[in-house]
Amino acid sequence: MSRLSAENETLARQIIARYPRPKSATIPLCHLAQEQDGYLADDAMAHVAELVGCTSAEVLGTASFYEMFKRHSVGKFCLNVCTNISCQLLGGEELLEHAEATLGIRSGGTTPDGMFTLEDVECIAACTEAPAVQVNYRFFHRLSTEDLDQLIADLRSGALDDVVPPHGTLGVVRQQLGADQIANITPPEAQTEPVWLVRHRELAEAAAAAAPSTADAGGAA
Amino acid sequence: MIGTTTPAPTMLDGVPAVVSSRFGVANAHTMGGYTSSGSYVGYQAIRKVLDMSPADASAVVKDATVLGRGGAGFPAGVKWGFTPAGVWPRYIVVNGDESEPGTYKDRMLMERDPHQLIEGCLIAAYAVGAAQVFLYVRGEMPHAQERIAAALDEAYAANLIGKNILGTDFSVDIVLHWGAGAYIVGEETALIESLEGNRGMPRLKPPFFPAAKGLYMAPTIVNNVETLSNLPWLFDHGVEQYREIGTEASPGTRLISLSGHVNNPGVFEIPQGSTTFRDLFELPIYGNGIRTGHELKMFIPGGASAPWFFPEHVDLPMEGRVVGGAGSMLGSGAVVVMDETTDAVKAALRLVRFFARESCGKCTPCREGTSWEEKILQRILDGHGRPSDLELLLDVADNISPGPYPVASDAANDLDAIPYPPRQTTICPLGPSSVAPITSAIRRFRGEFESKIVQRDLISVTSEPVLVDTGHADDGHSHDGGAHAHV
Repeated sequence: MSRLSAENETLARQIIARYPRPKSATIPLCHLAQEQDGYLADDAMAHVAELVGCTSAEVLGTASFYEMFKRHSVGKFCLNVCTNISCQLLGGEELLEHAEATLGIRSGGTTPDGMFTLEDVECIAACTEAPAVQVNYRFFHRLSTEDLDQLIADLRSGALDDVVPPHGTLGVVRQQLGADQIANITPPEAQTEPVWLVRHRELAEAAAAAAPSTADAGGAA
Repeated sequence: MIGTTTPAPTMLDGVPAVVSSRFGVANAHTMGGYTSSGSYVGYQAIRKVLDMSPADASAVVKDATVLGRGGAGFPAGVKWGFTPAGVWPRYIVVNGDESEPGTYKDRMLMERDPHQLIEGCLIAAYAVGAAQVFLYVRGEMPHAQERIAAALDEAYAANLIGKNILGTDFSVDIVLHWGAGAYIVGEETALIESLEGNRGMPRLKPPFFPAAKGLYMAPTIVNNVETLSNLPWLFDHGVEQYREIGTEASPGTRLISLSGHVNNPGVFEIPQGSTTFRDLFELPIYGNGIRTGHELKMFIPGGASAPWFFPEHVDLPMEGRVVGGAGSMLGSGAVVVMDETTDAVKAALRLVRFFARESCGKCTPCREGTSWEEKILQRILDGHGRPSDLELLLDVADNISPGPYPVASDAANDLDAIPYPPRQTTICPLGPSSVAPITSAIRRFRGEFESKIVQRDLISVTSEPVLVDTGHADDGHSHDGGAHAHV
């Protein structure tokens, strides 16, 4: 619905400065927009396009490829149940069915109160802790159906609000890379041979010149 | 609860922990923890490396034979050498988009020991001559992103990243990049596309491999998280000690994610090459046996993309070339154990469904083929499979990966293994990987498939099932290596 706020736009410009080409910041900026609105709004994509210097269709093209970007509002909690092989073997599918029955929605659906969106997801890298679930991408491991009921109850009551931030929130701790800290981020065209390679190449060349028989001492790998 | 909960692995007697030595240390993710615990003192290796020439540093990695831990097992030092001379800039991209089903090691490395990875990045950047390093972390891992972000900030503040690192002329930036959920982005050219802000679709290679033309068409080295995490220990202890672990062809250790029907699933650091699957399943420090009261039916030795192994293959050493010759691969080190309660059709369907969902859609055989495979397997499982479905399934598979598909031996039926890798009609290996569960399951458990199909024939008006001739039945280059033999 909305473009990036002034604060987020400042943040967006800081993120763009970390890449040799602005378009590389497309995915991080889409995350920023999704964090702001809970989903990736059309106006936000248009704004991202302005910031990275491409068309909004290109941003949509990129964003629509990735599972995490929701282009419509979702529940406060996105409950992702892994049903891939390691979780399937230990009850992931039964857990999903239980969640469907408990929440009264099928996988992909959102509860009428807007609290939960349920998803049947692919491997979330918690295979040895199967069956695993993510809520807004925060992990919960080795859940029985009773554990899942408790988790849903705790989420509803707000007991887990400190642990599970609203949908769209990525890492709470972010890299703080100030303009004064950046060593050398410029467009690729502006880059030359790194100075330490130049130094070692010249050292090697000087050594080779001093002892011509041991040719090709090798500088740049 | 938010982070990984898996306990730190116990090492075999006499084997040092190369990458997991701080998994059990509470503050290992901080600078203080990294420099005061574990099997080496953090950020000493980079100091040693800065006294070496970049060429000598590359030579160490090459001499140690640090094999890539992402899946293909290609030696990192050789890969570094593929960057063309005199072409600038060079980039390093760290592949932290771990999503191969069964794999759960890079998340451990990123959440528990981010400084180890950062030091590995620094060593690689110095040796290769990189202008910038991108740490591409899977979107669904915010905790790993937080840990890495905090570690990067600490390292920048300590002048370990940034301008004139530790007072030398070596300067490099390391930037944390967030992914957004796509398995295929783990393929290196797709990763580069994604990092350029595009849909994560693999690029055609050859002619250009990333080492020659990668990010922004500049030479780019893409290395897995675990590969780079090996470097600090290697430079601290030296090539000789590194090569003392494991075997000649596969030195060092490897993180194995063991999941499924074992008593003690977990992430274990094993010496490469010398450990057998039986050791992994049975030893108390590892799997501690197949789930009590059950027996092994099959296992996947290297992630969802790997053809299956069976009980007679447990004594194979976990060595890339041996496993490859036996018809599968070690891939990303994900071992999934399935006991006799597992329905082979259901397991195959779930794996195939994964590939169908994750196909990027660029190549027709994969885009169409994987969803055909899924639909056919689903209807077999749902009880309305057609008598011709197994042949159809194998035919669709053959269109994605033509010719004999890698498969394990089957001594009981006198069938030999077909060695890895498969052939492909696609740009990347995703499509061909979807064939692995199909050929593995049909060759071994054809009866299970047929028993699900046969019901329909009983109520058919004809007594003879109608078999469709796909033209592949006995043409001498059977795509499934003898899958037609009824078990």
